[in-house]
Amino acid sequence: MFDLLISPFTEFAFMRRALAGCLALALGATPVGVFLLLRRMSLMGDAMSHAILPGAALGYLAFGLSLGAMTVGGIVAGLVVVFAAGLVTRASVLKEDASLAAFYLLSLAAGVMIVSLRGQNLDLLHVLFGSVLGLDDASLLLIASIASVTLASLALLFRPLVMECFDPAFLRGVSRWSPVAHYGFLMLVVVNLVSGFHALGTLMAVGIMILPSAAARLWAKGLPMLLLLAVLFAFGSGASGLLLSFHADVPAGPAIVLVCGVVYFVSLLAAPGGLLAGRLPVRHHLES
Amino acid sequence: MNRLALPMIRLDNLTLGYDRHPAVHHLSAEIPAGALVAVVGPNGAGKSTLLKGLAGELHPIGGRIVLPELPAGGLAYMPQRGEIDHSFPVSVFDVVAMGLWHEIGAFGGLSREQRGRVRAALAAVGMAGFEARPIGSLSGGQLQRARFARLMLQDAPLILLDEPFAAIDSRTVDDLVELILGWHDEGRTILTVVHDLEQVRRHFPTALLLSREPVAFGPTAEVLTPERLARARRLSEAFDEHAHECHIEELTVAVAPDVGTHPHTHDDGHGHTEGHGHAPVHPAAHAHPAPRPRRGLPRH
Repeated sequence: MFDLLISPFTEFAFMRRALAGCLALALGATPVGVFLLLRRMSLMGDAMSHAILPGAALGYLAFGLSLGAMTVGGIVAGLVVVFAAGLVTRASVLKEDASLAAFYLLSLAAGVMIVSLRGQNLDLLHVLFGSVLGLDDASLLLIASIASVTLASLALLFRPLVMECFDPAFLRGVSRWSPVAHYGFLMLVVVNLVSGFHALGTLMAVGIMILPSAAARLWAKGLPMLLLLAVLFAFGSGASGLLLSFHADVPAGPAIVLVCGVVYFVSLLAAPGGLLAGRLPVRHHLES
Repeated sequence: MNRLALPMIRLDNLTLGYDRHPAVHHLSAEIPAGALVAVVGPNGAGKSTLLKGLAGELHPIGGRIVLPELPAGGLAYMPQRGEIDHSFPVSVFDVVAMGLWHEIGAFGGLSREQRGRVRAALAAVGMAGFEARPIGSLSGGQLQRARFARLMLQDAPLILLDEPFAAIDSRTVDDLVELILGWHDEGRTILTVVHDLEQVRRHFPTALLLSREPVAFGPTAEVLTPERLARARRLSEAFDEHAHECHIEELTVAVAPDVGTHPHTHDDGHGHTEGHGHAPVHPAAHAHPAPRPRRGLPRH
């Protein structure tokens, strides 16, 4: 048992780094994912993850496999898409999903073209699928810093953000926080996707945001419990995915997301909000 | 409670609308402080539009709205169908506590006394004991009661209610009307869109009958006469896609000086100059320093 679960982490430094990276992602990216889910923007997270690709690719093209350049590039590209889409939504008849789709598709196409201009397939794979087992000090520090900033920002934005999700018209009526909450949140989405993309790659970073959140939503009735459960699910899946990757010799990123998927399917079957809950023979209903 | 003595709404030849088509057309009225006004009229008469304009969500395309300077959060607006997400995991207590925003803002905690007020507000709308229930489990009437409890905590001197009784059973309506009458007694200024004319006759001292054009404004008994109601029905014709430009003569409106020292103005925001007949003349804004338009003077 010890050999199976603990010794990979005690014996290998790269496993410890990967575990620390997963913890940071679970603490930072997953709460953001919970709000994405509650705002019915789960798919938007996916769109955004594609939108950061050209920025990262441009950084790569200009400076090689440099952490700073790819990070800054990714964040800039993500923010440009978010604000351009927001501007188009406010000023034209297009709804947010349409304007965002237009921008992220262009962004993705540009990204793929830039990557293919210079680079072997290996590099492309790194950008798309990340390398949680190859996290160096700088990447780890970056992921941890982004998680810290995210937690602090969520704490500051929490009340306006909850109101913006629940009843935006009311928030607009009583304060000017509505755009701050909306755009502040989108900025958090972008930086967390960039953080996730170092570990899991652009395509799978969304997995650790949305899957644990969706699973937790099936169990929890209140928001605090929802956030807590989602973080636990994410970290648990991260650790299990790393072990799976270690013992079965499979890539770590997909392993982590697939374990998240297992948690999701189990919740879907067993949780009070899941598929079976309404179909099982019921206990006697209450008096009132 | 000098917060409550302030409001007095002045509508100067106000035109509100969408895409240059007026939904409220050349409305001038002065609503005294402490009035309880029922806004009535057929569907499409511009009732909701008027409330949106007053709440600042819609800019006039002609004329203007003059409100006195209200304290922060001094205007409480309850739209007809909020954009409330019923599946969001918040409790009834949390929702009602949102009404205390003007006291606690984005970061403040709830004191014991404020928690007590939230519970008292829930009790006042007949929902004591519902504090911990998730908002998604409420019925339509209960949700409306909770929204009224939240409104109560907002403690606003000016309250705008857009069809608060739509799809609500009669007992709940009676309770909600009691609450509104209570606010009226406290001296708050209240505009409510109501469809049930019997209710208006029974409870609302003042009525504004709209049918895009203002039909009548005054004591309810004088407004809701058969002739005037028939006229309102006649006027409520379809939105004409190819309507001609409106060329009703602009009145040079004199300014009532005693509106408050620094009134807010929802200035006519955009585009009224390009050929739309009733570009308002604002001699007052030039001549008198008192009514200060918030966003510049009309462009010509």
